[in-house]
Amino acid sequence: MLKDERYRITIKLKVNGEEKMVDIRTADTLLYVLREKLGLTGAKPGCLNGDCGACTVGINQRPMKSCLMLAAETEEKEIMTIEGLKSSPMQKAFIEHFAFQCGYCTSGFIMNAHLLSKHHPSGSDDIIKEWLASNICRCTGYKEIEDAVKSVLHFSERE
Amino acid sequence: MISFDFEYYKPATVSEAVALFQELENQGKQPRYYAGGTEVLTLGRLGLFVTHAVIDIKNTPEFQQTDANEDWMIFGAGVTLTELEDKNLFPLLSKSASEVADHTARNKITLGGNICGHIFYREAVLPLLLADSQLAVAGPAGTNIYSIHDLFNRRLQLKNGELLVQVFVETKYAALPYMSIKERQQWDTGYPLVTIAALKTEGTIRVAFSGVCSFPFRSAEIEEMLNHKETPLEARIQTALEYIPAPILNDGEGSDRYRKFVIKNLLFDIFTELGGT
Amino acid sequence: MDVIGKSVIRKDALEKVTGTARYTNDYMFKGSLHAKIVVSPYAHARIQAIDVQAASTIPGVHAVVTGEHLPLTGEGVRDRRPLAFEKVRYHGEAVVLVVAENPALAERAASAVHIQYEPLPVVHSPSAAIEPNSPLVHENMHTYKHDETVYPEPGSNVANRVKIRKGNMEEGWRKSELVVEETFSLSPSDHAAMETRSAAAEILPNGVVKITTSSQAPFMVKKLISEYFGIEAGKVVVETPLVGGGYGGKAAVQLELLAYLASKAVGGRLVRILNTREEDMLTSPVHIGLDAKIKLGCSKEGILQAADILYLFDSGAYADKGTDLSKAAAADCTGPYRLEHIFCDSLCVYTNHPYASPFRGFSHSELLFAFERTMDILAKKADIDPLEFREKNAILPGDTTPTQVRLTSSSVGNLPECIRRLKRLIRWEEGQRMVHENGLITAKGISCVWKTSTIETNAGSGVILTFNPDGSVNLMSGVIELGTGTKTVLAQILAEKLQMRVERIHVRMEVDTQTTPEHWKTVASRGTFMAGRAVLEAAEDVINQLKKIASCIFRASEEDIEIKNEKVFLRDEPETSLKFKEIVYGYKYPNGNAIGGQIIGRGNYILRGMTYLDKETGAGRPGPEWTVAAEGVEVEYNPRTYRYRIVKAISVIDIGTVLNEKMARGQVMGAMSMGLSFAGRETFWFDSNGRILNPQLRKYRPLRYGEHPEYVVDFVHTPQLDAAYGARGVGEHGLLGMPASLGNSLTAAAETELNQLPLIPELIWRMKEGNTDDFV
Repeated sequence: MLKDERYRITIKLKVNGEEKMVDIRTADTLLYVLREKLGLTGAKPGCLNGDCGACTVGINQRPMKSCLMLAAETEEKEIMTIEGLKSSPMQKAFIEHFAFQCGYCTSGFIMNAHLLSKHHPSGSDDIIKEWLASNICRCTGYKEIEDAVKSVLHFSERE
Repeated sequence: MISFDFEYYKPATVSEAVALFQELENQGKQPRYYAGGTEVLTLGRLGLFVTHAVIDIKNTPEFQQTDANEDWMIFGAGVTLTELEDKNLFPLLSKSASEVADHTARNKITLGGNICGHIFYREAVLPLLLADSQLAVAGPAGTNIYSIHDLFNRRLQLKNGELLVQVFVETKYAALPYMSIKERQQWDTGYPLVTIAALKTEGTIRVAFSGVCSFPFRSAEIEEMLNHKETPLEARIQTALEYIPAPILNDGEGSDRYRKFVIKNLLFDIFTELGGT
Repeated sequence: MDVIGKSVIRKDALEKVTGTARYTNDYMFKGSLHAKIVVSPYAHARIQAIDVQAASTIPGVHAVVTGEHLPLTGEGVRDRRPLAFEKVRYHGEAVVLVVAENPALAERAASAVHIQYEPLPVVHSPSAAIEPNSPLVHENMHTYKHDETVYPEPGSNVANRVKIRKGNMEEGWRKSELVVEETFSLSPSDHAAMETRSAAAEILPNGVVKITTSSQAPFMVKKLISEYFGIEAGKVVVETPLVGGGYGGKAAVQLELLAYLASKAVGGRLVRILNTREEDMLTSPVHIGLDAKIKLGCSKEGILQAADILYLFDSGAYADKGTDLSKAAAADCTGPYRLEHIFCDSLCVYTNHPYASPFRGFSHSELLFAFERTMDILAKKADIDPLEFREKNAILPGDTTPTQVRLTSSSVGNLPECIRRLKRLIRWEEGQRMVHENGLITAKGISCVWKTSTIETNAGSGVILTFNPDGSVNLMSGVIELGTGTKTVLAQILAEKLQMRVERIHVRMEVDTQTTPEHWKTVASRGTFMAGRAVLEAAEDVINQLKKIASCIFRASEEDIEIKNEKVFLRDEPETSLKFKEIVYGYKYPNGNAIGGQIIGRGNYILRGMTYLDKETGAGRPGPEWTVAAEGVEVEYNPRTYRYRIVKAISVIDIGTVLNEKMARGQVMGAMSMGLSFAGRETFWFDSNGRILNPQLRKYRPLRYGEHPEYVVDFVHTPQLDAAYGARGVGEHGLLGMPASLGNSLTAAAETELNQLPLIPELIWRMKEGNTDDFV
């Protein structure tokens, strides 16, 4: 007899505009549930510790590290993953500016940068730095990412 | 991956949460309050603690409230660090908060979590120490208000089951000259090597430290030394260092001697800038 | 040229920005089991007892595996059991493997394994390891099998010693009017690829072993699993999809062995294993460390005469690729200079640190830190400008390398031109060190770098081309797509050769060892060169077949036939033509007769003329060419706080031909970023027991957005004549000179010799204020 009933729950998640019922452990992170239960593998496990940003998704229009959230916390919240972004300006910009190489950090970066562009459509150098320092890219030197993000933010030199 | 199992609760009010904690404690479930939950997840995955019941308190109204009136600024312990920054009621607090972890993580880390958490930097507490804040703590016997100086000694001395609900800071502190410098081992990211927050009030400069010892602190002796205007600044700083309340950290971020060097420079910069010379 | 040089959008771009790109752990196999490793908490200890009783009896745990009956593995020396046996030799070493229904259970079971250890004295550094009374990491070295060209020294901690004996040292020192001698040191660090290592394994009833792994070397995985476990090579099939960064760390074979053992322990069921970040940093192999001593002499005029070099590589607990690393370092042991008299001992040394794997640059950024810092010190002694000093000694066609290869203008790039351009780009005429009014100091540091590859002498690469009914082409190459974009570049090479649009070439990103032709390993900046040549040969093969079929149909000689824009036509009568799609599956005559059949293009390239290095002198040809570069860094330094900002980083590389402009620049900038991050901040923090205190990305810190400098990249164009379109590979070179340039710039800024990495402010403070106590 397994004492599982209190540790396993069914929750309703709103992901990319769709409602999904999933059976989870209460201890499951949102990242784990997105990937292993919903097959949305765009968000990546880079550290499972909130340090690298590869798992970044949008929660109620804010970037969040899905490895730092319990799936159970996210009922009634609007979850947006990279799979929910269709032909966004940020995705196009990343392609045009060669802003990725291995691509593993890219989902997280695009989610963060996309939401940045919504919150601060003409963000300054400092704001961009503040937001984007949340994600590590090991392949590029960040220059192409800078160019891609600034191209979307209609950046103009402030200082 | 948290390998242990726990029950997940979402009480609607603080009193419900506190009562629930007692009940679960009595059942031997080692309950934990869950605000931002970043430590529950990152320390839990390494097995550094175990819990079998998690009480998610984020949504309780008192916990979320953040506003200011003529006399007081009220910060709910459940407010995230980015919400603090955005509302910017108390610029020094916003500044200190804005250097913790990274921006996306700060969308999750709460004020209460940063102050009460296991990770010992607790940089958000520095402005609260400087501003002689009041803390509302809920417990089995109800909610009480304490001066931060009576309750915070290296860490917030809460009894098991008690919960920090709100922080009150007199509005006058928001307008005072301040500085907050976080120096890291290298460049702009990472844990603090030394963080010093400072506030100038009535001609005196108050200072609070994180990253120097294994706990954040504010020291009356240090402030007295540093504000002794008759003595040259460098000598004041030299003497003040002797009052650091515990051995200076010597770890991967930096050695104790180097930290001393950094502290001296930062204090010099702060006192020069804020005009304590 | 139509497509060579153009910044063609990468073939995997859309997948990667939409989250549809799949990496190893993204393949969700229903019903698979999960494995978890139990690791050693000690850097050196005897294993007294392993109690798996509690773990094995947890419901849902299928197997618990220990190291007793496992073979010794390892590439240079077979010194390593996949799970430790009798002894653990590094903090994080895998000791027990648990296989369970799901990851949480596997973890719980792993925590329930109890191991008793007896700690042993720790060997903390390669310098300590070669002290006469040092504890031995491998007492049984004399029983280990090893590669023929590896020279272990049983009874010591030396797993390999590679010698360079070039010229006549007596003469060299005699001619050296000025001599300097310096020591340098850097600890092991990590690759920190964003994708941690991941593997899955299953064994089919017919004995076929199927592995999926995030690897730079699936063909090596196949070879080694076959060798280590006695399985027919044809019965090992390894698949690698897109890889989330490797930088050399995924060229070593380690996690795959555990996946295989896990599957074997559960009767061949599919088992998945994913490294946590901590495991990826500790358990899986790391970026090698180095203690170096260099003695360098030159004439009064600044002409280099002699070098006496000792490289002690911190290969960690096991030799594996460390022996090759020490060999590669010997081959290019000096910087890119004309030097007749060289004495070098390059050692692969055992310590109780995590063991080493290749790191982008394959020992070059490490040895060049030591050598290029020494060059600056000698230049100073000779009172000659550091860049001029490099220019005077720059290696040229006709000169010989440390292994006595005589270089040609094809096999070595134009270093003097790189230096000239660097001088301009770094604005060297402004001065190396400038103090500003506000007290801040701008300082510049430079270095010259070179690299050849030291890989198997028979390394090769193959390509297969097939067609689609619409005339488009499928390109299959064993090169892994781990971010370099080589797969896209191969498509460009093919498009150029076949004179067709690159959009019409479909590149298969995934590699599987059964159906994809082998590319030795995706390492060493040799992807473009070797696979590029294979592509060209396959393209020629296709062209021949197309012409042959067309000549029947046109009733013309093959010599009169041309190919362009997916058409085959008579050169002097272009209206007589056929579209690709009409003949790539054979041609059907009006009456129904068919000829030709599907065209399958086949090409391969094998390295030509590579030799082993002579055991006593090191003479030999380890690689096909030497790519050279001149690099520099500009810092803004605060003399009061010793803190600094990297303002600018510059690389001028002789690339031969740029195949894809934006991708090439991206590779170089990314490499520069990695080099600066390594030099400025990355290292493992070891405690007094040899344990690592920072196996997480919050304490082990790669460069972040906002910390990056302005990058300047320039290319010189001296073609490598035996490469496709003259192009040299540049995956690593941006990195190679960064540590040395940063060290040289900060030395100039702080006016103190800085000979250690990482170059953190505390190091500068210690050197300036005379605080030489060890810190944790």
